[in-house]
Amino acid sequence: MTPNSLARRLIDRFQHGLPLCAEPYQAMAQALGCCEAQVLDCLQHLQVAGTLSRVGPVFEHTRAGASTLAALAVPEDRLHQVAARVSQYPEVNHNYAREHRYNLWFVLTGPNRAHLDNILQELEHDTGLMPLDLPMLTAYRIDLGFALETTP
Amino acid sequence: MSACTSPSESLWQAPPRLDETPLALRLVELTQAGLPLLEDPWAWLAEQLGLSVESTLDLLKRLQAEGAIRRIAAVPNHYRLGYRHNGMTVWDVADADISRLGALLGAQPFVSHCYRRPRRPGWRYNLFAMVHGRSREEIDRYREHLRYLLGDACTAEDMLVSSRILKKTGLRLSPVGAKLARETGASVL
Repeated sequence: MTPNSLARRLIDRFQHGLPLCAEPYQAMAQALGCCEAQVLDCLQHLQVAGTLSRVGPVFEHTRAGASTLAALAVPEDRLHQVAARVSQYPEVNHNYAREHRYNLWFVLTGPNRAHLDNILQELEHDTGLMPLDLPMLTAYRIDLGFALETTP
Repeated sequence: MSACTSPSESLWQAPPRLDETPLALRLVELTQAGLPLLEDPWAWLAEQLGLSVESTLDLLKRLQAEGAIRRIAAVPNHYRLGYRHNGMTVWDVADADISRLGALLGAQPFVSHCYRRPRRPGWRYNLFAMVHGRSREEIDRYREHLRYLLGDACTAEDMLVSSRILKKTGLRLSPVGAKLARETGASVL
């Protein structure tokens, strides 16, 4: 077994859930047919390489504080500057440039809705741009991982 | 694969929150940036929380059963796995049909997130579905398929592709969490 195939099988098998028992990596090693040290090595390597963003709980963000998806229509020559202004908030955890009149999209999270309103007002005041504020109303699907082995 | 959180209105009650008990809040702060790679991460977590390992595992299982934890897992960075193209497809569908149509789009295997969001002046789209693929052609095909599924029910649509990821981190609740959270820099929502 090559390390790469172990990494792939590990991600495919455990991206949806880890064993919730004492010494989970031992249990994972048994399932993968290797030893615990190889599992820990592999996880460490994947984290350093950035292939895994983390090992641990994924929290439901709607159950903690408040969040919204916001967008700004930024003139192209100001995009870099406005994006940097937006990203400097610790409350911004995703910030994407997208090809559209609304070309800057970011997720704001904070302890409550008033906190988000303050940031949106601050951004509007500082940039002169009116943010689009699109909080989630209903979730029909939330990402629980990809089926790597079956995806072409 | 998917978590459906659209309870019928008559049965609806506020789901348990993570920020209302100090213990759950502490758990979020300790683990939102990932567990340390130790042979027994749950024993480490139990010690930090001042609980037994058994109570810690019970807490995690309960929060997961209540939906406050989506999963406890090895969380891949899809961008690094080759899924470098993502499109935010947005659709204008009748409000009366959105529950059915949202569930329909959300059930497609290539859709990672599917949400209803409000319309705004100058923004008519009320249904959002994120699609991911390894090429632009692949996500264009996914968009076509969603368009086919919606048919006449959709009166306007668009797909916003990402040209650059400027920032991406996990959930951060507090200054403690902000310090713990690592910026991954390159990943796909």
